[in-house]
Amino acid sequence: MEKKVIINEERCKSCGLCVSVCPKHVLRISEKLNSNGYHPAELFDNDNCISCGFCYLICPDAAIEEVRRLEPVRK
Amino acid sequence: MKIIYKKPEPITKTHTTYCPGCPHGIAHRLVAELLEEMNLTKKAVIVWPVGCSVFGYYFIGTDAVEAAHGRACAMATGIKRVHPESFVISYQGDGDLASIGIAETVHAAARGERISVVYINNGNYGMTGGQMAPTTLLGQRTTTTPYGRDAKLNGFPLHVPEMLAAIDGPAYIARAALDSPQHIIQAKKFLKKAFTAQTKDLGFSLVEMISACPTNWKLSPVEAMERIRREVLPVFPIGEFKVAKGVE
Amino acid sequence: MGEKILMKGAEVIAEAAIRAGCMAFFGYPITPQNETPEYFSRRMPQLGRVFLQAESEVAAINMVYGAACTGTRVITTSSSPGISLMQEGFSYIANSNVPCVVVNAMRGGPGLGDIAPAQADYFQATKGGGHGDYHSIVIAPHTIQEEADLMFDAFDLADKYRIMVVVLVDGLMGQMMEPVEFKDWVDVKKFKTPEWATVGQGDRDHRNIITSLSILAEGLEKMNLHLQEKYRKIKENEVRYEEYKMDDAEYAVTAFGTVARISKTTVDMARKKGIKLGLIRPITLWPFPTEIINKRAEQLKFFLDSEMNEGQMLEDVKLAVNGKKPVYFFGKLGGVVPTAEDILKEVEKHIEGGK
Repeated sequence: MEKKVIINEERCKSCGLCVSVCPKHVLRISEKLNSNGYHPAELFDNDNCISCGFCYLICPDAAIEEVRRLEPVRK
Repeated sequence: MKIIYKKPEPITKTHTTYCPGCPHGIAHRLVAELLEEMNLTKKAVIVWPVGCSVFGYYFIGTDAVEAAHGRACAMATGIKRVHPESFVISYQGDGDLASIGIAETVHAAARGERISVVYINNGNYGMTGGQMAPTTLLGQRTTTTPYGRDAKLNGFPLHVPEMLAAIDGPAYIARAALDSPQHIIQAKKFLKKAFTAQTKDLGFSLVEMISACPTNWKLSPVEAMERIRREVLPVFPIGEFKVAKGVE
Repeated sequence: MGEKILMKGAEVIAEAAIRAGCMAFFGYPITPQNETPEYFSRRMPQLGRVFLQAESEVAAINMVYGAACTGTRVITTSSSPGISLMQEGFSYIANSNVPCVVVNAMRGGPGLGDIAPAQADYFQATKGGGHGDYHSIVIAPHTIQEEADLMFDAFDLADKYRIMVVVLVDGLMGQMMEPVEFKDWVDVKKFKTPEWATVGQGDRDHRNIITSLSILAEGLEKMNLHLQEKYRKIKENEVRYEEYKMDDAEYAVTAFGTVARISKTTVDMARKKGIKLGLIRPITLWPFPTEIINKRAEQLKFFLDSEMNEGQMLEDVKLAVNGKKPVYFFGKLGGVVPTAEDILKEVEKHIEGGK
């Protein structure tokens, strides 16, 4: 499945605010390093993400570039 | 997949110079979102202040000028008076606006200048290393109040929206906070009204945004946001202090 | 040109600025030049232009700065203490390369001083005043007619070089009434927003940013070099002065503004007595007419520099003369105006002393 949260890892400063406000605890600070030396946040549990966008709202670096939601399946 | 949120166009590719967790970036995004949504990006001139956001014009992609310390409201006045078609924003911090620039702010408000002011209050002078600001809380330690702000020595924190709401020129005055998603959504609603006050030619508008300074507060970004709720908001309550007819 | 009108200097400044296409005035009351903003306050609204009384000179100059960033012809007028308050703004305006006109009707200083005419802000106007390596073009009229004419030139020079132009007068020039003839109105409908102006990006393919900031030293050096290159061009092209009875002169008075006006009488009085006295009157105080003064040093026995200060332009005259001949000084302080006789007496004293 496509990612519900698109993170620009280069913009991330590893502040952890997105992780702190995520109601479903699907974000974490990764082990990766970006070119500025920060460990960028990552979405590790896409399935349980509810696309609330709290991470987008609190991100001070516009590193959360998009939040998407699955379209309801039409019957 | 349906896009719920998308980084607004006016946010440039340049990474900000702010410390990790600094809410300046949140305020920038709110400004950028509204410029985009209200179709104002191409009309906007942002007056940037002296302070941490001195390089703001690298981060929001509009025409911009860089004011002297505290003079943003005067400069914004000059632009708006001779070029009323421009959408003029003054983006200022608490040292800039409430200390060295308080006269320019009060009089721009009193004249009802058709400008919108984004006023970031993080309770200290961030760029210069965390000195006392007019908004520093009583008891708060800064690099120039090492024993905590003492009312006898340093006076009391300045409540700018409450002051400005007492004069007739402003069309919209509010205080928001940038500590949580809920408050950020509310901050955007307030800011939209402030921008509307200008587009509808109703008068001066200002939104104070309670911000954090994790670096100088010596707290983690998450702890700094908690401190806003625990210590700052009781002194600087969120709310709308003046809403002219037509702003809604 | 129209008919001759009898007008007060302070009002002539405003009327000439308006005719020259000044679209906005921002300022704060201060004696001895209040007739200028008062005149603007009557005329600007009639023409649909901007008049705004600011809360302080500090605010006023920053409003000017803002308006200048849109490429609009803008002015402020003040007097010495008010001009001191504006110095920070001048420095920002200089390094932002935006055009504006500032009139300083100088009064006695330092401090609160008095409200009498003086010339003690020469250093402040010509050497900077604010921080950093910068200049403004400084022009000093000596009659009301010249005041009217130079206001047009002030705006043209400001636009041409994207620079601040200071019109340096004094309380006397403001209060005096003389018949004056104005140049034709500048057609403001022909004004276009310059391509560098910050008015909103609109259809432009790039955005405009006006700033005096460059955090990297190399970047700021570049900005400085750009300024210095501009100043070099101005020095090359815009020096102005008047010579009065200099052809056969053996002695010369150097003076600007009000003292230059008085010195013309001194020259006439001296000539009647058979003394070959002339006058060199810098019209642009910056750029300073160094060359002509240096050249005239060849034929002269001495210079007498006369000012209403303790000897400020004197330094530029001495640099121009460069030791070739003596440069004497006669000044009055604190708002006292010298008479033509006073200056002549000084000339005679030095002729006597030289014998």
